[in-house]
Amino acid sequence: MNVELRHIHKHFGSVHANDDVSLTVAAGTIHGLLGENGAGKSTLVKILSGFITRDSGEIVLGGQPAHIQSPADALRYGIGMLHQDPLDFPPLTVIENFMAGSPATPALLNARAAERNFRALCRQFHFDLDPHARVSDLTVGERQQLEIVRLLANGAGTLILDEPTTGISATQKTLLFNALRQLAQEGKSIIFVSHKLEDVEALCDCVTVMRRGRVVGELNLRPYRANGQDAHGPTDQHFEVTARIVEMMFGKELALPVKPTTHQDDVILRLDGLLLRSDRLEMRIEHLAVRRGEVIGIAGLEGSGQQLFLLTCAGLEHPAAGSIHVDGRDLTRKPYSAFLKAGVCYLPADRLRDGLISGLSIQEHVALRMSNKGLFIDRAAAAQEAERAIATFNIRGRPDTAVEQLSGGNQQRTQLALMPSPLNVLLMEHPTRGLDIESTLWVWQQLIARCNQGTAILFASSDLDEIVQYSDRVIVFSGGRISPPIAAAELTADSLGQMIGGRF
Amino acid sequence: MEGTAAPQTMNPPAPIAGLPPTVYRIGAFVISLILVALVIFISGASPATVIGRMVGGAFGTADQIGRVIATLSPLLLCAAGLVYTFNAGLYNLGVEGQITFGAIAATWTLRLLYPEGATASLLPPPAAIALAILVGGVGGIAWGLLAGALHVYGRISEIFAGLGLNFAATGIAIYLIFGPWKRPGVASLSGTQPFDESLWLGTFGRTEATPVALALGLMALIITIGVMRNTYFGLRLRAVGRNLRAAYVLGVPARRQLLSAFLICGLFAGVAGALQVVGVFHRLIPNISSNLGFLGLLVVMLVNFDPLWILPVAFFFSALNIGSLQLPLSLGLESSLSGVIQGLLVLFALLGRGLAQKYGRKPEG
Amino acid sequence: MESGQLLIILATAIASATPLVFACIGETITERAGVINLSAEGTIMLCAMVGFVAAKTADNVWLGFLAAAIVGALIALVVAYGAITLKQSQIAIGFVLALLCSDLSAYLGNPYVRIPGPTVPPRFAIPLLQDIPFIGPLFFHEGDVLVYAGYALVGVTWLYFYRTRGGLTLRAIGEQPAAAFARGHNVIALRYAYTVIGGVLMGIAGAAFSLDFKAGWSYRHTAGYGWIALAIVIFGGWNPLRAALGAYLFGVLQSLAGVAQSAIPDVPTQAFTVAPFVLMILALVLTSSDWLDRLLSYLPVNVRRSLARAIHTAPPAALGRPFEQD
Repeated sequence: MNVELRHIHKHFGSVHANDDVSLTVAAGTIHGLLGENGAGKSTLVKILSGFITRDSGEIVLGGQPAHIQSPADALRYGIGMLHQDPLDFPPLTVIENFMAGSPATPALLNARAAERNFRALCRQFHFDLDPHARVSDLTVGERQQLEIVRLLANGAGTLILDEPTTGISATQKTLLFNALRQLAQEGKSIIFVSHKLEDVEALCDCVTVMRRGRVVGELNLRPYRANGQDAHGPTDQHFEVTARIVEMMFGKELALPVKPTTHQDDVILRLDGLLLRSDRLEMRIEHLAVRRGEVIGIAGLEGSGQQLFLLTCAGLEHPAAGSIHVDGRDLTRKPYSAFLKAGVCYLPADRLRDGLISGLSIQEHVALRMSNKGLFIDRAAAAQEAERAIATFNIRGRPDTAVEQLSGGNQQRTQLALMPSPLNVLLMEHPTRGLDIESTLWVWQQLIARCNQGTAILFASSDLDEIVQYSDRVIVFSGGRISPPIAAAELTADSLGQMIGGRF
Repeated sequence: MEGTAAPQTMNPPAPIAGLPPTVYRIGAFVISLILVALVIFISGASPATVIGRMVGGAFGTADQIGRVIATLSPLLLCAAGLVYTFNAGLYNLGVEGQITFGAIAATWTLRLLYPEGATASLLPPPAAIALAILVGGVGGIAWGLLAGALHVYGRISEIFAGLGLNFAATGIAIYLIFGPWKRPGVASLSGTQPFDESLWLGTFGRTEATPVALALGLMALIITIGVMRNTYFGLRLRAVGRNLRAAYVLGVPARRQLLSAFLICGLFAGVAGALQVVGVFHRLIPNISSNLGFLGLLVVMLVNFDPLWILPVAFFFSALNIGSLQLPLSLGLESSLSGVIQGLLVLFALLGRGLAQKYGRKPEG
Repeated sequence: MESGQLLIILATAIASATPLVFACIGETITERAGVINLSAEGTIMLCAMVGFVAAKTADNVWLGFLAAAIVGALIALVVAYGAITLKQSQIAIGFVLALLCSDLSAYLGNPYVRIPGPTVPPRFAIPLLQDIPFIGPLFFHEGDVLVYAGYALVGVTWLYFYRTRGGLTLRAIGEQPAAAFARGHNVIALRYAYTVIGGVLMGIAGAAFSLDFKAGWSYRHTAGYGWIALAIVIFGGWNPLRAALGAYLFGVLQSLAGVAQSAIPDVPTQAFTVAPFVLMILALVLTSSDWLDRLLSYLPVNVRRSLARAIHTAPPAALGRPFEQD
């Protein structure tokens, strides 16, 4: 079935998440949808699968306009979505998950019939799943396999996969790709949402790139793949595709470094033999020494482990192995409070969840930061400090404004204003996301002033310009690997794109 | 809007939507009053008569006013204590047990200092009473921290840990009353042997109200208002209660903060329990808490955790409790009407809050 | 003591746990759907009163049960509206209702205290089943209609949970409402429905006290049973069979307390009446904390896993949280 999305618009508050997006997926093809987090690709596929209702635009399936307002509607049109975190029921067994919500399930469960059906489908795709295992004991890859089998059993003709290759093993990836190719051959339409170039290149017939809510380019990959598919190792054509896609994703040229030299000689943060492990990723950093006043930019597609890395440096997660030294002190496996005492500060990306406290005002946040001084709140000092923060950081709000009433940009300014002083290491995710150009410039002025006072900054950003402009050195995260640091001045759009694509 | 899942996009634009939030709160309050009248009406009485009798029953004589104050004092202590746990995001249903255990600890102290029949001891009576109140507070702390430890370290819901400890405390009290501390002769539900009158807390005139209890209650409330408004401790508590994770990232020691809330609430509740022993019953009885802990929970819920409003609400609730005691005598009605009124007020305050949040006009900008 | 005598005591104890069985199954159903109905203490007590009054007034036991079921459903509706639609704290709403309904029962039930009223028809043994050795005398000899209905309820609920599509959906919406929504289920409507069904069963539990197992009505007639029902649901790991087992166990503990008391006269009676409550909570503390896991971690892996699964249970993942659909 051909799937067409025409002139889709969607606003979330003031954010134009989908701005006149059109996309056509031909039956029997695998269509890649690429873009950074926040580019609008998730919104688009959620509109198609009924999780989000569009503001305007049309969905056309097999030439007929489709009315999709809820996931149930989408299911009736045979559209199934595989979410990045599989939407399943972990304490239930595999076969129960397979049956739950299926229109084919009779009122009185017939586990034996379902199991026959399930085993047949699994065999078809060479999936090895135990119907009686609990889903909570499965790996993410196996849960995906379960979801695929379940969606197919429910008659899905269009399959949407959201970041399916995050956190699955190489074998599982091969299995998955083979299954998807097989399904495409059967005439199903497949939309493959990802930010991993290598996967898109290996699998997709066609790729659409989104940036800031708009489609910025499309590329037919078939001609490239026809020759290169069987070749071992990257070919020139391969490089050419990567270069073109990266260009679409990030723009043609990188900005020039603008940061003055601020770094001093002494090392403030030292990481040795660090092993980071989560249920999805495992990464290793042999050695990294950050000097006072230095800025390290962390590039890479989102979800490549940057957050885990920053949390570990902040003392909020513990490394599986290796050591962390701050200002010469060994802080490995020390409690978070020791990191705070050592002058480490972490500013999370999800401000209202991890960084600020809804219901408390700016002034109360300021006071909370002062809370190791004495018993009674020094209101005058807190008010003065809040006023100062509001003035210097140009926050649109009053000292008694509750933080959840601030706009996203103003919340970020508040977070920045709350940074303690003096500070040895500052860890940030997306320091200027949601800020306009002027404020971005201004925020970085403040941060560079901090560097001059001896603070080292490590920040992750999806804005490559920001990374190149303000970093001294850059490390790149890609698919569980971390590049050695490279001087920002030596980077080109092309070399950085290659590294983000996993080539280093 | 067709198909099985269509109603999922519910929240139809209700005809009552879009009014200022206060309208919903006042509306809910009015409904609760109507329901109170309805309940009284169902029981075959006239609401006006009943309310009249209750007012008379609470404020008719000095003795009655004294009883209101005698109820108010421990209620203030419990409500003040619960402000800490509520603001830390905890439902401390264990407060009843903390009162009971405080009462047990106080009784134990007095029995130790003044064994039955003894009139002289190491400590003179006033000092013995003070010590009993102090030990009562320590007992409350122990019971509070036990619930806190179960919650923080054992990851057991504080609600069930608290309820379980309530049963346990009542069990211990009953065991003591009918076992080791039983009255000479026959043990009974009426409690242990009353203490000598020298060990009773002094009262206002011949009423039941004791100045010490009232002073302690008011002090606890004032301290609590001060702590919540003016100290870093109170601010950290609110931070933890509203967003544990973010508070932790901002450097608040979350576990310590939670345990402190349990500790303080236990302390106040324990003191309240001790006061029930030395000021009201002068002995240990099975229901020594008189459900004041649960009443305190209602008070604090009604004022939405803001200690400033506790005094008037607690006073009103105490007056209801005492006023309703007249009902069985004069009208043949059950005294639990006070509980019905209190419950309806709080229930509809919660619903009104929800309605205001859901349908109330949002402030612009 | 003769074994025959003990068997009769146990059989009576099991029968007397019937109201708790109804309450626990009701709460289990509600909580499986992701809603905590903390009002159990008040619901059971108010419904006991309403059931008694209705039965007395109409002179018909079954109308009493009907009235109690309706009141139970209404209270559950308030919980559902406050918790699901208005997204207020389920704990706060349920707790206030627990106190409110208890007091309401005392206030409105005042004229009916300690007067005789209709009761459920007398006990009977079930033919054939009563002849099974040991099990027959224990389960099928001392019961009345309600006792046997209780067995049936447990069985039917279990079958519904684990052998029907509806039960599968019920378990699903309490675990991952978002995933259930993705599969086309109306999470909100289902949560309403199961909260009300749970309320109906709790209402029947109340009437079962006042019309059968603790016949009559008095001040705070069923005090404590609502809280213990909530604890048993957790103890039962949100599984109807285990919850029922917990309820029957509680009944046995209570009657054993009576026996023990006559055997150990030094310890006061009243201490024994509280003991089952305390024991139940202790068991709860043991089974729901992770201390047990730490203990188990010394055992070999395969033994540990099956043991942990048997003892340690997790609540429905979305229990107590409103479903935000976006």
